[in-house]
Amino acid sequence: MLKNKVGVEISENVLKQYGYQPFAGTKIGHLISQRVAPAVHVMAGPSKVATSLADVVKNNVRDGMTISFHHHLREGDMVFNQVMQLIIDEGIKDLTLAPSSLTNVMNDMVIKAIKAGTVTHITSSGMRGSLGDAVSHGLLPNPVIFRSHGGRARAIETGKIKIDVAFLGVPNADEMGNANGMTGDAAFGSLGYALMDARYADKVVLLTDNIVDYPNTPASINQTQVDYVVKVDQVGDPDLIGSGATRFTKDPKELKIAQMVNSVITHSPYFKNGFSFQTGSGGAALAVTRYLRQAMIDQKIKASFALGGITKPTTDLLDEGLVKKVMDVQDFDKGAADSMHKNPAQQEIDSSWYADPFNKGAMVSKLDVVILSALQIDTDFNVNVLTGSDGVIRGAIGGHQDAATAKLTIISAPLVRGRLATIVPKMTSITTPGDSIDVVATELGIAINPARQDLVKQLSHIPGVPVYTIQELQQKAADIVGQPVPIQYIDRPVALAEYRDGTLIDVIHQVQE
Amino acid sequence: MGISKAALAGTLESSDIQITLSPAANGIQIELTSAVASQFGEQIKKVITQTLQSLGIDNVAVKAVDKGALDCVIKARTIAAGQRALGQKEPAWEVL
Repeated sequence: MLKNKVGVEISENVLKQYGYQPFAGTKIGHLISQRVAPAVHVMAGPSKVATSLADVVKNNVRDGMTISFHHHLREGDMVFNQVMQLIIDEGIKDLTLAPSSLTNVMNDMVIKAIKAGTVTHITSSGMRGSLGDAVSHGLLPNPVIFRSHGGRARAIETGKIKIDVAFLGVPNADEMGNANGMTGDAAFGSLGYALMDARYADKVVLLTDNIVDYPNTPASINQTQVDYVVKVDQVGDPDLIGSGATRFTKDPKELKIAQMVNSVITHSPYFKNGFSFQTGSGGAALAVTRYLRQAMIDQKIKASFALGGITKPTTDLLDEGLVKKVMDVQDFDKGAADSMHKNPAQQEIDSSWYADPFNKGAMVSKLDVVILSALQIDTDFNVNVLTGSDGVIRGAIGGHQDAATAKLTIISAPLVRGRLATIVPKMTSITTPGDSIDVVATELGIAINPARQDLVKQLSHIPGVPVYTIQELQQKAADIVGQPVPIQYIDRPVALAEYRDGTLIDVIHQVQE
Repeated sequence: MGISKAALAGTLESSDIQITLSPAANGIQIELTSAVASQFGEQIKKVITQTLQSLGIDNVAVKAVDKGALDCVIKARTIAAGQRALGQKEPAWEVL
């Protein structure tokens, strides 16, 4: 056993068997990273339109391959289940499933594919619901590898993930494969995550319900990358792709947390003309955007850019001129997706440009302020976004590790959720190292990472924002919920959580019944 | 003592617990459903048992559907269900 930088004990066997170095710190350094290139099946025909998806699957997917999908269609996805069913029917075995992430609508099919022996390896940003539960109880023969969005981009560029066939759903495409995410019944906005697959997969199959006149512009994915265009009945259910019209939370606890976060931001030295920020899509994060808007108007401050997953409250700031550019890797709601189509200042970015630590500069490294969520936080400021208090996988890394490298990283989380403490002495797994977390904001008050004495000075006397140590907050949570019985694990890894640089930050074990 | 009629208290809202008591003869039998059973199951059962005993009930079948309730809520719902099952019109303030 040896301990990595966040104190996780990892056996030499695990490191050796899966080819890992233990996580050693958040600094990336000036290494030279070698990129790989995909095979190109040269063609010059007049059209790539294939009529039968079954034939495309049959002629291109073989035992042992790595296949990929994107998750931009979220809970409205109608591509994944269709393709996986055909692959199962074909009797193909031992695939590595390497999607940008897995949504609940895919869960049953993934479980079916695992049980059929079709899928034996998975790498993803995360998983939830029945699939997370099944994997945590040992369904998959090999541990899932969890990677952040930036980590996946790195793994694809360096060949750690070698995609043989990418199946990418798009709301429009022409006969040669020029496509974007912005128009059509299943429009979802940015194709950020899928752009990596389109560039690096040996074979790229576009699935669309909307074949448009050639040449289709703007072309986020272009014809030089695409092998097949397959017409399907429907790629996504528009009602489930995004969370309709964004509604502001009325939950007093979430509003209180949002006020705390807003006060921290506006009292920090980073809140000045030209600052940049990233917020998530949760209730509190959306409320922060609303409070921040008012503070920006009041103090005549404009942001240079907003980054990451985008929501309508953020594109509203763009329309109002409060934010100059929106750098958009995915759109969480229809408002944000529509805005990308209309506003040239809303730039589509791929996940490498967004967050990849092994390129010539990712946008997260220019980020001033980020607000992130947490399932659990420990007293070293480490954050868990992958496993629940019961040790079961129920989340996704997303851009958490990547964006946390911002100059001011704020975790917004309630002190307790029902009977579960959010701030705990020991978490069920570590996703993001405390080194990159600066402030934890709860409904009771904030805790500042003692490594940031500059922030302790600047943020300790904000009216209405009590400051506690992280240990004090943990104790307050424990006083409310009581002492939980520790989770029992079986000594078998069901998932490996990579840090964004590809080192091993934690090993998630099978939970005992 | 046992109870003569079934009684219920609490809801299925988040952070609440629904306690249903039915007459039974073999001590306090608790059937618990809770998302936090692995961490707090024993504690929840302990609070229910102690609260019922303080009401003098030691023969009862308990169905508890927990939605993340804190101990104080579990106690309050158990008292309410217990006093209803015993047909008490006024709360027995001294056991509170």
